[in-house]
Amino acid sequence: MSAEGSREALLQGNEAVVEGAVAVGCSFYAGYPITPSTEVAEGLAARLPATGGTFLQMEDEIASIAACLGASLAGAKAMTATSGPGFSLMQELVGYAAIAEIPFVLVNVMRYGPSTGLPTSPSQGDVMQARWGTHGDHPIIVLTASSVREAFDMTVKSFNLAEKYRSPVILLLDEVVGHMREKVKLPAPEAVERLERIHPSTPPEWYAPYEETNTGVPPMAAFGDGYRFHVTGLVHDRMGFPTQKKSEIVQGTNRLYRKIERGFREICMTDGVGLEDARTVVVAYGSVARSAQQAVEEMRDQGKPVGLLRLRTLWPFPRAAFERILDGVDDILVCELNRGQVYREVLRVSRGRCEVHKHTRTDGEMITPAEIVRALRERI
Amino acid sequence: MDVPNREIIGRYLRHAKRFPHIWCPGCGNGIVLGCLLRAIDALGWNKDDVVLVSGIGCSSRAPVYVDFNTLHTAHGRALAFATGIQMVRPKLHVVVIMGDGDAVGIGGNHFIHACRRNIDMTAVVINNFIYGMTGGQQSPTTPQGALSSTSVYGTLDQPFDIAGLAASAGATFSARSTTYHVKELEKLLKAAFRHKGFSVVEAIAACPTTYGRRNRQGGAVDMMKWQKKVAVSAKRAAGMTPEELHGRIVTGVLVDRDAPEYTEEYDRIRRAAAEGKRVAFRSQPGDVTSTRAKEY
Ligand SMILES: Cc1ncc(C[n+]2csc(CCOP(=O)(O)OP(=O)(O)O)c2C)c(N)n1
Ligand code: SF4
Repeated sequence: MSAEGSREALLQGNEAVVEGAVAVGCSFYAGYPITPSTEVAEGLAARLPATGGTFLQMEDEIASIAACLGASLAGAKAMTATSGPGFSLMQELVGYAAIAEIPFVLVNVMRYGPSTGLPTSPSQGDVMQARWGTHGDHPIIVLTASSVREAFDMTVKSFNLAEKYRSPVILLLDEVVGHMREKVKLPAPEAVERLERIHPSTPPEWYAPYEETNTGVPPMAAFGDGYRFHVTGLVHDRMGFPTQKKSEIVQGTNRLYRKIERGFREICMTDGVGLEDARTVVVAYGSVARSAQQAVEEMRDQGKPVGLLRLRTLWPFPRAAFERILDGVDDILVCELNRGQVYREVLRVSRGRCEVHKHTRTDGEMITPAEIVRALRERI
Repeated sequence: MDVPNREIIGRYLRHAKRFPHIWCPGCGNGIVLGCLLRAIDALGWNKDDVVLVSGIGCSSRAPVYVDFNTLHTAHGRALAFATGIQMVRPKLHVVVIMGDGDAVGIGGNHFIHACRRNIDMTAVVINNFIYGMTGGQQSPTTPQGALSSTSVYGTLDQPFDIAGLAASAGATFSARSTTYHVKELEKLLKAAFRHKGFSVVEAIAACPTTYGRRNRQGGAVDMMKWQKKVAVSAKRAAGMTPEELHGRIVTGVLVDRDAPEYTEEYDRIRRAAAEGKRVAFRSQPGDVTSTRAKEY
């Protein structure tokens, strides 16, 4: 990427989300204030109207997500941001977006829960809710970020994946990433990838809004474009009309999964440190991955064969990244700010091929590099 | 000679695959949908420009049968979805169909906030005094004392007056009629569609299956006769005492006033924001309004 046109700024993670959303062409935000996500709303309240977009403060989080889905059906790139209690309220319509295949981005800046919990304390307690919070089987894309710059990048990615796969995308940040300030270099607007949903190329009378396609993703028209189609949360046939036929139920549900599965390679993002020779691998994501990286580098400087596998995508769970390392490692140490939500997934995918341990904190405080070093020393 | 009703309705139905519909014989939903289609036809709206949005309930099944842009949302959320659509494409005609439970039960918060925002769209609330789809539970409009499957000893809760609620929440157009008064209902829908701003039309309708039977109101025909009997026009009602109005349903236009429309006002904000300016409003931060209280 050329540095030309890029600019430096001292930003908070939440402000980077605002910059990312504007850069990728988000033109609609509807939300309800809640700590620690409010700066996203405040930023977009200033930015969107000035660029011809819409910012709405709705009466609650249910209305917020509903308005986003309506806006997306009318052709806009839409997003909302919230935190624990608001995320819980939105769940019914996350499922609506999944089954009706409406692209949109939901940023959840996680705070300590359940309930009102510790509103200003960091947590990563919503990993499982992001996966299974709405009722029924459904695929979902959930991304995360560890730094301010990555909050920008992952916001852009979230929109691009939402549009490309006609799917809701959840960006799970934690309070630390949302509120910490870092000096970042933002790319020039032209350097930001902007994917648009595929519009139908067929004439309206042939348009099937939920048709089978090679990719599994059907083209999406907007209301008002001359394609008069039906959208419902009921299980529907390829025309969008409710169905109770077994064959159509199975076909529709399978396609929902298939379209995301086909994208696994692109969707499941991870990176790492020292994974080539590590015998002990720390698995972390979000702000915890920053502490983990420091701990791992410190240990490696001392010649210890440790590595870091950093998860940038949480769902679909990046299983392939684990398959690549599982045979070569003795131990995995999952570090997270909950009681072991990703730990359970790692246990599941490792199927006994190595030891899996966890180092977790649920007292409203960060996990420090020193703690991770200590936890690693206990094993090596 | 007028175009026959069948022909008008026929222009708008999705003939392929969508029939038979799910409504019971004698249900009022079809009558309201008929009025709605005739009103749209009379205004000459292009089908491509109409978005029919609904929530969940028997009444909310209406959109699937008609050939517009149609959106069957979640229970209670139709107005919030519609808000997103209208903000992005203000030129579209957005009409929202809801049941009484959908509109002022689970969706009550969205309903009053839609009224205060004054976005140019129309909410058509089909009030059958009951939760029809789930088999006849009490709704926020079930009259006190009426029976339902979840108020088996009589409904205790005080019912909402939907059109009145809309008016006090700030809707700039609010009207009510019944499925007996089809001509009036059609006229009110036309007026609501023409109105610039948020309009509400409450249509009193029969649910013979889950309300009429349990409350010994007879069949669909008897329920329509009841609508005829209890209806009183807003004009006549103005001269009646509260005692005389007891048990009556006031029909006609309750509110019809001009106020700045939200999407147009929002455009002013966009233009000002693009120039980095503030928007001039008619009222100032100090101009709070409140209902005058009685002195004790
Ligand atoms: C969140 C949620 N809660 C409950 C229901 C179940 N439910 C479906 S329709 C309905 C009531 C419908 O009554 P109303 O809105 O008055 O419409 P009608 O069926 O009478 O036309 C209920 C409670 C649901 N679908 N979603
Ligand atoms: S249950 Fe009542 S509201 Fe529902 S279709 Fe039958 S008559 Fe109509």
